[in-house]
This record gives sequence, structure tokens and C-alpha cells, in this order.
Amino acid sequence: MSQHKFMGYRRENGRVGIRNHVVILPLDDLSNAACEAVANNIKGTMAIPHAYGRLQFGADLELHFRTLIGTGSNPNVAAVIVIGIEPGWTGRVVDGIARTGKPVEGFAIERNGDLKTIEAASRKAKEFVHQASEKQREEADMSELRVSVKCGESDTTSGLASNPTVGNFIDKVDPLGAYTCFGETSEITGAEMVCKTRAKTPEAGEKFMRTWEAYMDEVIEPHKTSDLSDSQPTKGNIAGGLTTIEEKAFGNLEKIGKKTQFVDVLEPAEEPSAGPGLYFMDTSSAAAECVTLQAAAGFVVHLFPTGQGNVIGNPIEPVIKLTANPRTAREMAEHIDVDVSGILRREMTLDEAGDKLIEMTLRTCNGRLTAAEALGHREFVLTKLYRSA
Amino acid sequence: MPPHFLVHNVEDSAGVVVVEDAKAGMELEGWVMDTNGTVHVTALDDIPIGHKVALKDIANGETILKYGHDIGKAIADIKQGGHVHVHNVKTKRW
Repeated sequence: MSQHKFMGYRRENGRVGIRNHVVILPLDDLSNAACEAVANNIKGTMAIPHAYGRLQFGADLELHFRTLIGTGSNPNVAAVIVIGIEPGWTGRVVDGIARTGKPVEGFAIERNGDLKTIEAASRKAKEFVHQASEKQREEADMSELRVSVKCGESDTTSGLASNPTVGNFIDKVDPLGAYTCFGETSEITGAEMVCKTRAKTPEAGEKFMRTWEAYMDEVIEPHKTSDLSDSQPTKGNIAGGLTTIEEKAFGNLEKIGKKTQFVDVLEPAEEPSAGPGLYFMDTSSAAAECVTLQAAAGFVVHLFPTGQGNVIGNPIEPVIKLTANPRTAREMAEHIDVDVSGILRREMTLDEAGDKLIEMTLRTCNGRLTAAEALGHREFVLTKLYRSA
Repeated sequence: MPPHFLVHNVEDSAGVVVVEDAKAGMELEGWVMDTNGTVHVTALDDIPIGHKVALKDIANGETILKYGHDIGKAIADIKQGGHVHVHNVKTKRW
């Protein structure tokens, strides 16, 4: 196998996944119990419970549908059972996922109750598991890979070494035609003008600035507190030596490399449509919210540099953790897939670290479970734009 | 010998300590990453790994540079070799 090939699952729509999940997806909070019961009945399935889906409206409801449909449509998912309290919105999620051509079926609880619903959904889930478990991996190229990035519990070692390692990865895979994505709107604050200069076109740069300014006007200005109440930077960031949001932002931006330019700006959970390249997505900087949105946009593997040791995973998209903090690598070793602390001791160059991360990414694509997968981290957190009706 | 601290840009006001035992009075050696140069500073405080050491005297109100960029302002005078953090530096944003 050549250097940049991997063995993935080619889906009905031609897209390539690296996992083969049969997902039991609740439309709403009320349907979590039935989904978890089905997942308990049928081995090889996975329920992904969440907190929302009732009385949402407008842009917030559209984002809810986009996130659920995108999650089910992700190429890491072989087939989906959708369960909702009523058939209307349940059908909307089913129809959205069905556009990929993958097996999907919806079940509604009203007029049936949990028990009948669980039985019917379990029988269908069992069929889907049989189909999915016979699916074989096929050779795929790096150009078919979609990689998202986001850092968490960052410290100064993130900006010095682990984020630049991700940046080195992006600079190396961008010319190969990969799709990549970074986000974290609030966490660009202080470096927004530098970020704008990394746009491939003036239009993409303006779109980024409009997105960042809208977030500042609509969310930060009406609600802001000193240091955003220890949320930017976080207590962990400060313990790790990060002092201000500006310092954190310049470290954050190291993840997009030295030369790669972003081609477009995505809405939360929006699938890229401007061809291969790097994309900025308008997301929260909270790890689980951001990765959930990136997975819903079709990214299949995630690179997550951490300083102090964020432990996040995602149910759909394997999360590869790297750290350059030697204490974190030692004290939280079970969470770390790639240790790049050698960069700080000048035992490892950035170029070597980038190659090491590419190697671990390809191994993960070929089936190696990440630390977060082995530890059962499945944080699935929907982004809510405003209060429900 | 691995460096005690790293500096992103030759213009930066502070470097990042990358060893776990930087104590007050120690002579620290730093690697300036963009020029591949070496700088020295004597620590005035114990500085935990990941925390910053001032590379020069910094006056109250002065802009702090890291990555060659503005990362906030000093809210107290800081001596060369001193610990640079939330007690003496504040964001300009919120």
C-alpha cells in the first residue's frame, strides 16, 4: 500500500468512511430511552442520546435537523434507525439521511408506546447489523479523506508544538486534495485579522470577518464578562500558562499550518461544497459542540491537540489526541495517541511530528481504535442557537 | 541540553518555560524558534512549566508581544526574569 492510502468503507454515494456504525438516532430527548433500549437489544449498534429536539423553531430548528441528518449521513455510519416522538419530524430526518442511499428507517412512539416501538426498531436494527457487518474495507486515497481539527484544554505547549504539528499535517495533506476543517469562532479573537489573511480569496476572507463580527455582535457584546467568566481562557488554560484570549487565539491558529489557505466559510454542520481544501466552520470553542458539528458536516477523522488534557471523544468521528506537554503525556497517558513533547526538548522536529501524526491518522483510518474510542468517550452535544419556544 | 524556555519570535516580550523545575535564581537558556537563536535570562520567580518568563523589563500598560503579535497589556510593572501571567497581564478584548 502506498504511503497515503488507507482501507475505508465506500458508501452508496461514493464517500469513504473509516468506521462502520449502525446508529440508533433519537429525533428528540423523549426518544432517548427507546433508542438506548434498541442499542441494548441489538449488539453492534450505538445509540447517541442528546438533550434537544422539542419546540425549536427557525434557524435553531434548521440547525437541529442539519446536525441530525448530517450525523446519520456521515460515511462512518453504515445504516441508521431514527426514533422520534411523532412521525412528521422523524420522517424529515429519515428523508434527509436517505438521500445518501444508505439504509435508514424511522419509528414514531405516539400511538405505539415505547415497547412496540422498541420491538419494531430492534428487528430492523438487527437486519441493518447483518448488512453492515458484511461490508468490506476497500483501498482509498488521502484525497477521499475529510479531516477536522480542534484543540482543547490548550496551554502554551499547544501553540508551541502540538498545534503546529496539526498545522504541519494540514500543509502536507492539502496538496494531496484532502478536505480539512477548523472552527472555534470565539477563539480566533485577537488573531482575526491574521486569520483573514489566510483566506484563499478576498470573498472567503470577507465571509470569515462577517461571521466573526456577527458572533461578537450577537453573542459576546450582549453577554460579555471579564475573561468571559473564566471561559476564554478557561481555568485549565490559565493553569497551563495561557494568560489572554489573544495569546490563546494565536496558538489556536497554528493548527492551520504555515501556508494552507482556507477556501470557504461554513455554517455550523454545513457540508463543504467548494471542492477540496481547508474550510473554516462557525462553531463554539467547546470541544464536544465543535466536533459534533464537524462530524455532522461529513468529516470522518478528527485531530485534537491538547495541553492540559481534554479527554473528549465523539460517537461518529474518531478523535486522535496529541499533546506536547510532557506532564500530560505522563500523567494522562491513557488519553494520548501521539506524544510530540520531544519538540520542546529539541529531540523531534516539527516535520517529524507531522509525519508521525499522518502515520497515526492512517492507522486510525485503517481501524486502530483511538484512546478516546477505547475509553468509551462519545460526547455528542448539539449546538443550540437560542431558547426553545 | 534541552532549552529551559522557548520563544516564538525574536521580538517577543516573554518566553515559555518548558521544563518542570524552573526556580527563582536559576540561569535559564531559551531557544528563539524563528531565528534559531539562543537567549539567557535569570528567573526571579519559580515558574511552572508552560508559564511565561519576561525577557525584558516591561512597564505597566505596555503591550505584550508573543508570536510577534499583541496578546494583551501589562497591568503592573514586570522585571526581566519575572513570572508573566494573569496577575500582571490582561486581555485588551474582554
